Amino acid sequence: MRPMLTRRAVTRSALTLLLASATVFSLGACKGKGKGKEDATGPIKIGHYASMTGSEATFGRSTDNGIKLAVEEQNAKGGVKGRKISLITYDNQGKPDETVTAVTRLIDSDKVVALLGEVASSRSLAGGPVAQRKGVPMISPSSTNPDVTAIGDMIFRVCFIDEFQGKAGAKFILEDLKLKRGATLYNRAQAYSSGLNGFFVDAFKAMGGEIVTQQAFSDGDNDFGAQLAAIRDAGVDFIYVPGYYTEVVNIAGQARRLGLTIPLIGGDGWDSAELANAGDALNNCYFTNHYSHEDQRPEVQAFVKKYQSTYGSVPDGLAALGYDAAMLLFDAMERAPSLDGKDLAGAIAATKGFAGVTGSITIDANRNAAKSIVVLEVVNGAPKFRANVNVGP
Amino acid sequence: MSSFLQTLIDGVTVGGLYALIALGYTMVYGILKFINFAHSDIFTLGAWMTLTIAGWLGVQAGGGATGPAAWYVGVGVLVLTMVFVGVVGFVIERLAYRPLRQAPKLNVLITAIGVSLFLQNFGQLKFIFGTDPAPTPLLLPGVTLFSVGGVSIQLVDVAVIGTSLVLMLGMEVLIFRTRMGSAMRAVSFSTRNASLMGINVDKVISFTFVIGAMLAAAAGFLYTLKYPGQLKQTADGMWVMLGLKAFVAAVVGGIGNVRGAVLGGLLIGLIEYLSVAYLKSEYRDAYVFAILILVLLFRPEGILGRATVEKV
Repeated sequence: MRPMLTRRAVTRSALTLLLASATVFSLGACKGKGKGKEDATGPIKIGHYASMTGSEATFGRSTDNGIKLAVEEQNAKGGVKGRKISLITYDNQGKPDETVTAVTRLIDSDKVVALLGEVASSRSLAGGPVAQRKGVPMISPSSTNPDVTAIGDMIFRVCFIDEFQGKAGAKFILEDLKLKRGATLYNRAQAYSSGLNGFFVDAFKAMGGEIVTQQAFSDGDNDFGAQLAAIRDAGVDFIYVPGYYTEVVNIAGQARRLGLTIPLIGGDGWDSAELANAGDALNNCYFTNHYSHEDQRPEVQAFVKKYQSTYGSVPDGLAALGYDAAMLLFDAMERAPSLDGKDLAGAIAATKGFAGVTGSITIDANRNAAKSIVVLEVVNGAPKFRANVNVGP
Repeated sequence: MSSFLQTLIDGVTVGGLYALIALGYTMVYGILKFINFAHSDIFTLGAWMTLTIAGWLGVQAGGGATGPAAWYVGVGVLVLTMVFVGVVGFVIERLAYRPLRQAPKLNVLITAIGVSLFLQNFGQLKFIFGTDPAPTPLLLPGVTLFSVGGVSIQLVDVAVIGTSLVLMLGMEVLIFRTRMGSAMRAVSFSTRNASLMGINVDKVISFTFVIGAMLAAAAGFLYTLKYPGQLKQTADGMWVMLGLKAFVAAVVGGIGNVRGAVLGGLLIGLIEYLSVAYLKSEYRDAYVFAILILVLLFRPEGILGRATVEKV
């Protein structure tokens, strides 16, 4: 009797499970159909998720301003496929968990056809898998960590990757600044920071430089005294700080107070008007970036002029990349046979020689963009063009 | 060697900050037997009010064109911040905790978490502090007082350690040498008996909250001196982490014990700084919480926490 009962119980639970999964599947199918039947006459919805508030707030706001400019421009030209573009932006407060919520909401309830975002690689790595799973193409304007586009065939970027940025930084330090002994100070908790640190250290050593010590901190740390004291004792010529601007401002202030006057050098995470909060602590410091607003190319100057008249400030690299990402997306939408996820991703992947503000963009087989790189010098808190750096692919 | 001494100074400075915050945790625990999880947000409020009040008094962020403010402006900012935050502490106790005086401890604890979330998010409103990091005012010039063997002793460190010391000594006098202190110790010993002896328990509890909030406000003020640059928005995880470390300090010293909180704060500050300097720097939080686990395993009552020691 007993085995019979057990078997019956097993059968029953198996049936229940089957039924449950069938329900879930049919619900999923409904959702899929709902998306397919998205009305083809109203505006085309695109989603942007960004850190509009929080420690990296200028990243999100600059990017969003750039995207809005692109949307206005495109709509003035008549939109895409005869339909207007409508942009929906959600704030993720600079948090990975909020990012997943924002992306899910954009796809499931707003039914956007494509996503733009994020700046910070850690948050693109949080939002990307959701977009990939739901089959909605996503273009990251400025996440430079290589892992971001490795998520899958729906994820693209319009900026260079950190391997390249690390090499460019190393080359600039060795050949332009002629400094050979360095230390690094990076954020272990951010994919961008720890990734770029690794690429830089490898490149710098391969080019004949010496990294004496690598110090790390974590999200939320605001005291870098111990790390900086260790760096000071190591007696180096420069510190490579592949962090975000909020961290860099505080690191610079604390380093100067400890009597460290050597240059700090970083990457595109420094790019923010908030660097001005450091006052003169960041003088004689440099960072690699996507573009310089002082570039005299007509595309750049036209964009800077338009941005300034709309927002009253000089666009940083993230604004330019936001603009480029949106424009590239519109270009792909126009070329795509339909706005279905697969078709659109195919059209984005086929982008060749797109003339962007940050340079010509060609999407390669790994869904990355090969781009040029500039070095900016911080002068009293404002970035000034210093050098173009050319490194092999 | 020079970096060792520098680390010691940093450790003591930050330890002093932890101790000031830990005092608030420990006093409230001593009297009400609950952990005031909103205390770290009171500290945050102190830091942000420092920035706000300095702005009202015309001190420019980062020094601006005018350079650092005069010393009496700094003292004025400290006093005003402590008064304001003290009032907030009073209001919170009156509105959130007093109605729950007869309720189970768990309800009060959950209310404290609610107050904490409220303060974090209320502070992020546009017309309060906003959602962006803000530049700190320059209340002290970045002067190196003297250098010994490669160690530079800075005015900031002296000011932070000095202010913490004065406040802690003040607490010592308040608790062990005044009538109010006796009343606090009596309430801590037994609320019921204290009220039978004619002590106004509600008044004592209010007073404890106000003093705790004022000390946390002072810690917030000193924090902006020690870390010039930018202050993170009130809901940033960094504030909670600092508050948690101060809480660990209170537990390590023996929660409910005032001298224990000071000792715990200094210990945690030193351990954190020495471990960051000589072990892997990225695990700084892990070291602190490892200490907590060790203390809870081998001496759960804390270093100074003994049944015979008077608790406040």
